[in-house]
Amino acid sequence: MKMTKLSALAMTTALIAPAAFAEDMANEMTLVSWGGAYQSSQHKAYVEPYVAANEGVKAVWDESSAEAVAKLRAMNEAGNVTWDLVDVVASDAMRLCDEGLAEEINHDEDLAAAPDGTSASEDFGDLLVSDCFVPQIVYSTTFGYRTDLVGAEAPTSVCDIFDLAKFPGKRSLQKRPIDNMEWALYCDGVAKDDIYDVLGTDEGVSQALAKLDSIKDSVVWWSAGAETPQLLADGEVVMGSTYNGRLFSAIAEQNQPIGMLWDMQSFDLDGWIVPAGLPADRKARAMDFLKFATDTQRLADQAAYISYGPARASSAPLVGKHAELGIEMAPHMPTDPANAGNVHTYDYEWWADNRDDLDAKFQAWLVK
Amino acid sequence: MSDTTQNGPVLAADGTPLKRSLAKALRMQKMRALMLIAPLLLFILVTFILPVGDMLFRSVDNRIVQNVLPNTVIALESWDPASTEIPGEAVFAALAVDMKAAAEIKVHTKVAKRLNYENPGLASIFRKSGRKIRKWDVENEGPYKERLIELNDGWADIELWRTIKTYSGRRTMGYFLNAVDMKLGAEGVTVRPENERIYNTMLIRTMRMSLIITFSCILLGYPVAWLLANLPTRTANMLMILVLLPFWTSLLVRTSSWKILLQQQGVINDVLVWIGIVGDDNRLVLINNELGTIIAMTHILLPFMILPMYSVMQTIQPTYLRAAKSLGATNWTAFWRVYFPQSVPGIGAGSILVFILAVGYYITPALVGGTKGTFISNLIAYHISTSGNWGLGAALGAILLAVVLLLYWVYDKIVGIDNVKLG
Repeated sequence: MKMTKLSALAMTTALIAPAAFAEDMANEMTLVSWGGAYQSSQHKAYVEPYVAANEGVKAVWDESSAEAVAKLRAMNEAGNVTWDLVDVVASDAMRLCDEGLAEEINHDEDLAAAPDGTSASEDFGDLLVSDCFVPQIVYSTTFGYRTDLVGAEAPTSVCDIFDLAKFPGKRSLQKRPIDNMEWALYCDGVAKDDIYDVLGTDEGVSQALAKLDSIKDSVVWWSAGAETPQLLADGEVVMGSTYNGRLFSAIAEQNQPIGMLWDMQSFDLDGWIVPAGLPADRKARAMDFLKFATDTQRLADQAAYISYGPARASSAPLVGKHAELGIEMAPHMPTDPANAGNVHTYDYEWWADNRDDLDAKFQAWLVK
Repeated sequence: MSDTTQNGPVLAADGTPLKRSLAKALRMQKMRALMLIAPLLLFILVTFILPVGDMLFRSVDNRIVQNVLPNTVIALESWDPASTEIPGEAVFAALAVDMKAAAEIKVHTKVAKRLNYENPGLASIFRKSGRKIRKWDVENEGPYKERLIELNDGWADIELWRTIKTYSGRRTMGYFLNAVDMKLGAEGVTVRPENERIYNTMLIRTMRMSLIITFSCILLGYPVAWLLANLPTRTANMLMILVLLPFWTSLLVRTSSWKILLQQQGVINDVLVWIGIVGDDNRLVLINNELGTIIAMTHILLPFMILPMYSVMQTIQPTYLRAAKSLGATNWTAFWRVYFPQSVPGIGAGSILVFILAVGYYITPALVGGTKGTFISNLIAYHISTSGNWGLGAALGAILLAVVLLLYWVYDKIVGIDNVKLG
């Protein structure tokens, strides 16, 4: 009670005397993220130390990242952007950047360099997939299976998903064409490098759907990341795809009998964008926080709360143990060499062009 | 009439013609009534009708192409899309000017996105070229046809030009045609290939399942409403709480509870297996299909059926039933010929409420419907919040609205809307 009163007092002083604080920066910022364990890892790793270092700054969370593109568009049309920093996946960042809804960022000037002096753009490397995007983490969509329900021999290949004889029972897949189509083609004998060339043709789409048809009756389709861990825990499915961090928390934090199948895991990125058209004071605050929250140490700190790989190369050696469980985090990262033996590289650009078309075909196939 | 023409118009006390005086009084009254409802009318206009109208307008709006590529559209006017030759240098020069201007303010991707809906793959041609053209000197660096094709050979594809030409108007039927599984191409309107047809199926399914849900609600709700209306007030009020309690519970909580109950390793299946009615390896599939959506939505919408039925049944005099029976009617006849007709307005009101709510539902079908139990509203939500194709979402919404209004009109013709009572 005393604490809240004190902080309320601090807040009022902050409102009365804004000039006393860092020149020309807003004292409040609205951060948008995904909620759940992921958002709380960001809060602990980025926001708490930032607020401790910048007294009087207040950060408010909004759990709207799933609808970020639609909401930012609507805000932009209404001329009232209420968000300061938005956490989105890479493909959304590219769309927002293309539509001029996100601010372009000069990665070397606006972001901190690595401790050894390597420039930010070099440190992030290939992960800077858009001019507006500052990646934070590498996550993957991969498979988990019930160790007690799959029989004596655990699945080792992504193609075991399509093998109903060897692994009977239901499996859960995400209700969208991305990843599923690629896995289907890969397991139908298409070479990894040719997947997108094949998928670009009508025959390729039919081939992928035919492969998915072979397991269609045994698939439970999910749309929220929490569904597969729940379905696995209930024994509703024997294996299923989801984000690797969700599986980690089911395995390590909730001790569920679940094993990881990393084969052909699909890498994706998550990171920040700054909405276009912010007033100068709010933009200054957002950029200041962005610089702080994406430095080498902060990205490594986040990995202590969730098993997503930091996007900076220089952060990787600093990844330590889980903050509460005390287990080594490196082996649970999608980027760990032991897990990344055979990965699927998801082609953002190809999907940006073909998403609408493939979605229509995929949805039509689903309802048949 | 003849009197007034002969002796002049009838005058009011103050000397003005009575007709005008009356009209004035009536107008004053109407104005006063309008002033009284003005705040509400304004509120509804600003917060409901205008936004909905604006959203629906997007289903035909196609200004983006003319706004971003004005010179190209004009230059293309003389080009015949049926020809086998791509347009000449003049069109390419206009395109270069338009693209440079657009790329500087980053709007070329917007038009790319619009055209990509109609011809997948166009977006990347615009996007990739935009980056380069930004640095061109478009005044005197021709020939642009060669340079553009060198930049990206997509510009040499005649289909691209046909798409731009077809979609260069300020209004388009493209979204509406897409919403009924058709396509507007250079050679006119065609039906989409079989593997892309989806919206008609979904619309019919939405209507069919909403009707099933409405009928299940009538079947389940009628006895409950009857019981509530005929029990002593104290007991009825107690039971009423049981009807209202789920009504006050969050929609998500109720839907998730159905998930726990219905899934294959869920409570219902566990009990059935334990009793021995179904085998352990043969558990019933009650969720992630049509059945799951029907069960969960019937439960969620049931109060909307029971409440109007209950308030209508309360007004039915029990003496009528007694009179019928004393005149020799059996229990069934007394109910069917005397009681039921009087309760029809309640069924009508409940059915309209439940049906219209059901048609627009999307959270519950998304959670328990799997692939076979989702509604067209799930696709609208998808286009608004995920794919970003607001035009198509708006067209689907407009069609849904039109269908509901049509059904309302049919209902009015058959049953009569005056025959609906909420109590």
